[in-house]
Amino acid sequence: MISFSNFLQARSSVSSASNGAVLPFVILLFIATLSCALGNLLFDADSLFYVSTYTITLLGKYLCYALLALAVDIIWGYCGILSLGHGAFFALGGYAMGMYLMRQIGDRGVYGNPELPDFMVFLDWQQLPWYWQGFDQFWFAMVMVALVPGLLAFVFGWLAFRSRVTGVYLSIITQALTYALLLAFFRNEMGFGGNNGLTDFKDILGYSLQADSTRVALLITTAIAVALVLVVSQLILKSRMGKVIIAIRDTEARARFLGYRTDRYKVWLFVYSAVIAGIAGALYVPQVGIINPGEFAPLNSIEIVVWVAIGGRGTLVGAIVGALLVNYAKTRFTAIMPEVWLFALGGLFVLVTLFLPKGLAGLASDLKHKFIARNTKNQQVQN
Amino acid sequence: MNFTQGLEELKTRDQVWSFMQEDVPVDISHQVILYVEGLNLSFDGFKALNDLNLYVNDGELRCLIGANGAGKTTLMDVITGKTACDSGSVFFGQTHNLLNRDEAEIAQLGIGRKFQKPTVFEALSVFDNLELSLKSNKGVIATLLARLSTEQSDRILQVLDTIGLQAQGTMLAGSLSHGQKQWLEIGMLLVSEPRLLLIDEPVAGMTAEEGERTAELLISLAGERTVIVVEHDMEFVRSIARTVTVLHQGSVLAEGSMDQIQNNQAVIDVYLGESQ
Repeated sequence: MISFSNFLQARSSVSSASNGAVLPFVILLFIATLSCALGNLLFDADSLFYVSTYTITLLGKYLCYALLALAVDIIWGYCGILSLGHGAFFALGGYAMGMYLMRQIGDRGVYGNPELPDFMVFLDWQQLPWYWQGFDQFWFAMVMVALVPGLLAFVFGWLAFRSRVTGVYLSIITQALTYALLLAFFRNEMGFGGNNGLTDFKDILGYSLQADSTRVALLITTAIAVALVLVVSQLILKSRMGKVIIAIRDTEARARFLGYRTDRYKVWLFVYSAVIAGIAGALYVPQVGIINPGEFAPLNSIEIVVWVAIGGRGTLVGAIVGALLVNYAKTRFTAIMPEVWLFALGGLFVLVTLFLPKGLAGLASDLKHKFIARNTKNQQVQN
Repeated sequence: MNFTQGLEELKTRDQVWSFMQEDVPVDISHQVILYVEGLNLSFDGFKALNDLNLYVNDGELRCLIGANGAGKTTLMDVITGKTACDSGSVFFGQTHNLLNRDEAEIAQLGIGRKFQKPTVFEALSVFDNLELSLKSNKGVIATLLARLSTEQSDRILQVLDTIGLQAQGTMLAGSLSHGQKQWLEIGMLLVSEPRLLLIDEPVAGMTAEEGERTAELLISLAGERTVIVVEHDMEFVRSIARTVTVLHQGSVLAEGSMDQIQNNQAVIDVYLGESQ
């Protein structure tokens, strides 16, 4: 019988090899964010080290997408639940933030109404609908950013997972969910600005959204959010609960026969994932300056899945890298040849599915293993 | 159990409400641990179980045999809560009605199951497979905060020793051979310390030598735990069984020792007769 300490050592080395990328990644993220921030604030526009405000906002947007990709990866990569409706949670979080930003405009709107947002004045509404109450408070809006997507995910997940809806059926209902919300939010009577959505934001917590320093602060906040979610998710997935979640992904029936209520695990993980998506949406809206029902489009949710597949599902850092790379490529491509982009994205997805089933993260770890294997071989030869 | 059933149950006055009997021990004062009575189940007109009655004593090692479609696996599905039956009753001890519980609750009562096809968590290490099988609180928060205690890891190492997979502890379960997966699944049962083990075809895909070791293990388990084995391999059944139950077309055809069964005319006609 092998000794216990040896055993634990072997175990920890196995697990750190597969997930060791988190800490280096967080450090890299902070270095990159801080140097961009300093580049924007300290240098003149004609300096070599100057980082434009446009770039700052673009990076912030990418990081929001990365956060969204993390949310999808947690649920898809680790628990096997392919949600094609995570755009809905993202948009709901975004709307909650948008409502706060609308209330902040106050009487600076086109119609100068101190209470009602412009679109309500335009629709000839006399008073604020009940569900807009409280959104003038930042803390209340932030609670809603997490609560609304979380609650929707809880109700949806509770119904779906208790009835043991899985696989492609679940994916289809999530698409239906986001599409239904898209249609609902398009209606003017809903009171969320119809197809124009919410826009013309002025400031957040009293700071102008046009100011460089606010932009930089938002980028840094987003980076911190990504790092926090990354670390917390890593802790959850490394705990025994994380092992149960992987067990559910592989053979749910077996996990049930071991005494685990698999539906509850799935519901809570789904809620966690939806809350992350909501936070990502809330960080996204002040940086891009608009939220409209287009964010609920089913295509958006499918795009997120493509980012995760390309980056490598089942690895947290992989999902982030996938989101960053694909969105950078999207920015470049849509500037050069906008009409080709969707074909390129589709083609990339097909190629990755065929040749890199584990995505870029899988490719990286394969190369690493090959490199280590060759090194040990060389050493043996030298000896 | 759905909501209306729950309300109905509140009105019954002759039994303890099930939500109040979380930690009631299994009552085996009559030496019987499993009561299966008048079980009926049909799939689209095909009677998979037909008025099936079965009593298993505490500490017994029972073999279930029968041709394909005799209802062996279906019976296990009903006992473990995977399939709902049309009518009949299944009691674990004298107080626990298994029919109104789901798979997870039944497993937590102490009924472990090994599948026909070895099912282990392939993406987890052998050690982690056993860790998840430990008898422990299986709630979401409890597993989130769970730490492996020294006794628990000792227990896991001990079971690894028993199933002969010490060297493979850190390997992914998916990289084990078929026979090793069978052993791992048996190990997962052992480490969960169940009262009743339901084992579906334990020696499928094992070598003769491994089969013998399995037989020894099962015999050593009986007494302390109750074991029900479904097996096609008659040699294996002969080597372990005290009592054999023969199922045929969803009901019990005969029950007794291996010798009695082999000389039973009805059994010879429908089952053993085919091979002679």
